[in-house]
Amino acid sequence: MPSAVRGALIIASKDLLLEFRSRTAFLSSLAFTALVLAIFNFARDPTVTSAADLAPGILWITFCFAGLLGLNRAFALERENRTLEGLLLSPVSRSSIYLGKAFANLVFVGLVEAVALPLFALFFAVPVTPVLGPLLGVMALATVGFVAVGTLLSAIAVSTRFAELMLPVLMLPFLVPPITSAVQVTSRLFAGRPFSELAPWLKLLGGYDIVVVVTALLIFEFTLDE
Amino acid sequence: MTDTTADLKVEDLARSFGHVRALRGVSFTVAPGEVLAIFGPNGAGKTTLLRLLAGVLRADRGSVRIAGSALLRGDPAQRRRIGLISHASLCYDGLTAAENLEFYARLYGLAAPREAAARALDSVGLADRASSPAGTMSRGMQQRLAIARALLHEPEIVLLDEPFTGLDQRAAGALREQLGRLRAERRTVVIVTHNLDEGLELATHVAIQVAGRFVECAPRAGDPAWYRARYAEATAHA
Repeated sequence: MPSAVRGALIIASKDLLLEFRSRTAFLSSLAFTALVLAIFNFARDPTVTSAADLAPGILWITFCFAGLLGLNRAFALERENRTLEGLLLSPVSRSSIYLGKAFANLVFVGLVEAVALPLFALFFAVPVTPVLGPLLGVMALATVGFVAVGTLLSAIAVSTRFAELMLPVLMLPFLVPPITSAVQVTSRLFAGRPFSELAPWLKLLGGYDIVVVVTALLIFEFTLDE
Repeated sequence: MTDTTADLKVEDLARSFGHVRALRGVSFTVAPGEVLAIFGPNGAGKTTLLRLLAGVLRADRGSVRIAGSALLRGDPAQRRRIGLISHASLCYDGLTAAENLEFYARLYGLAAPREAAARALDSVGLADRASSPAGTMSRGMQQRLAIARALLHEPEIVLLDEPFTGLDQRAAGALREQLGRLRAERRTVVIVTHNLDEGLELATHVAIQVAGRFVECAPRAGDPAWYRARYAEATAHA
């Protein structure tokens, strides 16, 4: 196994073990998800707006903000006892640190989405099962972009005075392309539209992922400089 | 047997933070088996110097060479040669003492991480606290854990930043013992402190750093009273 990947997996395992022990961010994200879905469900007037029209946007807003709670924690936990310095001292590349954090975030956001999706189907009575395969594919594509940009920006935000506030402020503009694409694809999936209508949005999502992952790997090194 | 000795050569090292010039061109050499104690008041740039030596910070100017090779931040092999004991433990409160050391042992690519962690804990007298979360340990125990972490991979260059701060007598004694062992093994040691008595007891070479510069750097000679007077004189206007 290449040493960069090995180092990344060691860091990701450590992050996931710490999260498994405390469950702080995961439980907060789940509580947030359940609350948002419940509020949107009861605030919606079904005689004016159909669930199918609203559901895709609500699904991705929920994923996005629930995921942000976890991303904030990725580098915040390295402030404790200056452990980030321990990582920087060790013989792993800075790319490995980025990849490790991104792997752990990917698992975290994936687990939040895995719990949120059935809740979403329950609250909004949207036919998720017939489109489950393609929907999971879109979720995977959008989540990679979300996590890639979120991990990079959380490394920048953590050194600022109001890190928890800074991350959403920095990140939301970068989320416009993937979230817009994901909402468009999801709404077309629920409406049973042909693949040709989804393809341009999927290409945008895929292209965004490639650009963001490559850029993050190139510039992450400099985000840790003082 | 693996060679665990390397000299450390620093030339004209400088670093600023914005308008603050923390380090203004420091040069020295430390040979294997030597202990350089750097004394200085708060704000003299001692911690900045150690972080530059550890490769955690990028220098504005100058170079650090270990056994003749330039310390390059992107070179993992160079970082493997350095151990840093700083103010903070660099350990995770949510992991046990053993898990913290195993994590670092894996990062350093040690062959048997679990055994290496157990050995390191034993060497600092924490074997019976292996399964205690680091966050529940006293300051002295955390500092011993920090020592075990820093020496886990048998570094050739050991850097210590105010290592005696907050230690009780037993922990300070254990640290002195560890430093004695490092010296006997001919490791290269740099220690920064404002505690003259502790530093002089260990040092083979002494430097006094004021406002980012060395005002004194020479092999240790003379009695502690001379160094106290020299330190007082050098820092009088700092």
